[in-house]
Amino acid sequence: MSCSLKFLLPAMILAVPMAALAQSQPRIYPNLGTPLSPAEIQSFDRMIGPEGKELPPGRGTAKEGEAIFAKRCEICHGKGKNEENGLLRSLVIGSPGKPYRGAFYGEERNGPSYYPYATIAWDYINRAMPVTDPGSLTPNEVYALVAFLYYRNGIIQENDVMDEKTLPKVEMPNRNGFVPAVPVYPPEKKPSWY
Amino acid sequence: MDANRSSRRRFLKQTAALAGVATGAGLAVRGQSAQAQHLHGELPRRGARYTIDHMTHYTPLQDYAGIITPAPLHFMQQHSSEFPEIDVQQHRVTIHGLVDRPLSFTVEELKRLPSVSRIHFLECHGNSSPAIHGAGDPNLGLPVQFIHGMTSCSEWTGVPLSVLLKEAGLQKEASWLVSEGGDAGKFSHTLPLAKAMEDVIVAYGQNGEPLRVEQGYPIRLVVPGWEAPFSVKYLRHVKVVDQPYMAWNESMNHSVTRPDLRDKARWYHFQFGPKSVITRPSAGLEMFGRGYVQITGLAWSGAGVVSKVEVSTDGGRSWKEAKRHAPVLPRAHTRFTFDWAWDGQEAVIQSRCTDEAGEVQPSLAELSKNWGMHLEDWKKTPRPRAIHFNAIQPWKIARDGSISDVLFA
Repeated sequence: MSCSLKFLLPAMILAVPMAALAQSQPRIYPNLGTPLSPAEIQSFDRMIGPEGKELPPGRGTAKEGEAIFAKRCEICHGKGKNEENGLLRSLVIGSPGKPYRGAFYGEERNGPSYYPYATIAWDYINRAMPVTDPGSLTPNEVYALVAFLYYRNGIIQENDVMDEKTLPKVEMPNRNGFVPAVPVYPPEKKPSWY
Repeated sequence: MDANRSSRRRFLKQTAALAGVATGAGLAVRGQSAQAQHLHGELPRRGARYTIDHMTHYTPLQDYAGIITPAPLHFMQQHSSEFPEIDVQQHRVTIHGLVDRPLSFTVEELKRLPSVSRIHFLECHGNSSPAIHGAGDPNLGLPVQFIHGMTSCSEWTGVPLSVLLKEAGLQKEASWLVSEGGDAGKFSHTLPLAKAMEDVIVAYGQNGEPLRVEQGYPIRLVVPGWEAPFSVKYLRHVKVVDQPYMAWNESMNHSVTRPDLRDKARWYHFQFGPKSVITRPSAGLEMFGRGYVQITGLAWSGAGVVSKVEVSTDGGRSWKEAKRHAPVLPRAHTRFTFDWAWDGQEAVIQSRCTDEAGEVQPSLAELSKNWGMHLEDWKKTPRPRAIHFNAIQPWKIARDGSISDVLFA
């Protein structure tokens, strides 16, 4: 029996997913670390995945976002009516109704048009903006800002409402702009570094 | 002056005051770039660049010996204009998401768990960027520091991340993690679970001392051999998930559009390839007359051990094996030396790394071919963007003993 297990074991390890290696075993150091309650986790869990499952309730429109942008963002990002000043250069490529469809080599990459998922800009603004006071925007304000940016980038319509349901469904124009299409590990290409 | 510019100046002043940066008129004149004079009590330093949303320190590769980068000289890319002030007594590292037992650890508890100490390099994925070759700035040190100085190597001490994940008990859908830091912008990054279980360290020590604030005090991740942004500083939360969580930088900063991919962008490279650079003699230093000179430098690879380093002193026509000095460790800087006698004539010197996977550091021509680019493309202004740039670095020694960077010459 022990003999056949020896031969079986390598095959079993190959067959089970990585998670199984750490799964469902009793704790080795139960005296260290404190269990977290669901309420505690909810209080700090702000990581938003591409499906938007963790998005908090809220809503916003491009029009509301424009006003918030003027108040909280344009000091760094510039006023956004034309290409002479900040916004269009750094955050907007394309225009209402006309998303950018070209290649992203340089400055083109700077704005949310480059992101493959609509949730990314929401998550980044929510956690890191404005740079002087990150985390100070309410969920409604973040939805509105994202609506404003996506409208100006031609990704959504002016009156589209962004909320926890609609945002993850927004189709990003550069969704298919990456290789591999979905990140995989281990990487497909050998050598992986080029 | 337009209103926009004056508001930016006002913002610069406000932010400078917030960060404790002593400002001068030069700050606004130079746009968003400023040389900070005092930041959290740090002395002014060469090789540091502070901008409105970013702080960078470059390791002075030309001046350091052996393979261990002193902690205060370790490179730094801070995606914020200030360092977080974290109360070590209050700090917690949580493991949650797709686990059976979500847990929170104090720093003291992490120090009581079984520890490892390992020597590994960390490197910015943008190190050696073509954009900064030849862009001399007297504040930023010699070219080798400014161009290649976003790689450093330290002895890191901490708990294997696998220990914490096993304590929490992974659920069967678990396949990726996303980590979050306690800095102002809550820097976040995805990590495949397989790597987390392999060799990732939840570190509290660097070179025998507690982490410094620039390096993530009190706790950071160290992800050996991979792009340094995976090694999240000020580590606070590790969430176990079932797919890459796509933090903003993962698609934007860590991807690069390439002609060979029909203008799509390569992303999720993870591991660095073989790389090396001669640190002495190097551009910005001078030769002190003809005769014996020891060529020395560093080689490293994300794949593991550096198995061979070769040096050419004739512009790449011939190569001879350099001496690798112990310790030669996986995913660590390896010090190499090469005995040479300079005859006083023009010469181009360069090094080439081979790693344990058998991969060889490419020349610029080879790398360009891999990426579907032509050598002429690099002469454009600004130069094309590149990350994971590991081309062989040639330094040209002129007859007067001056040394220059001729990678794109």
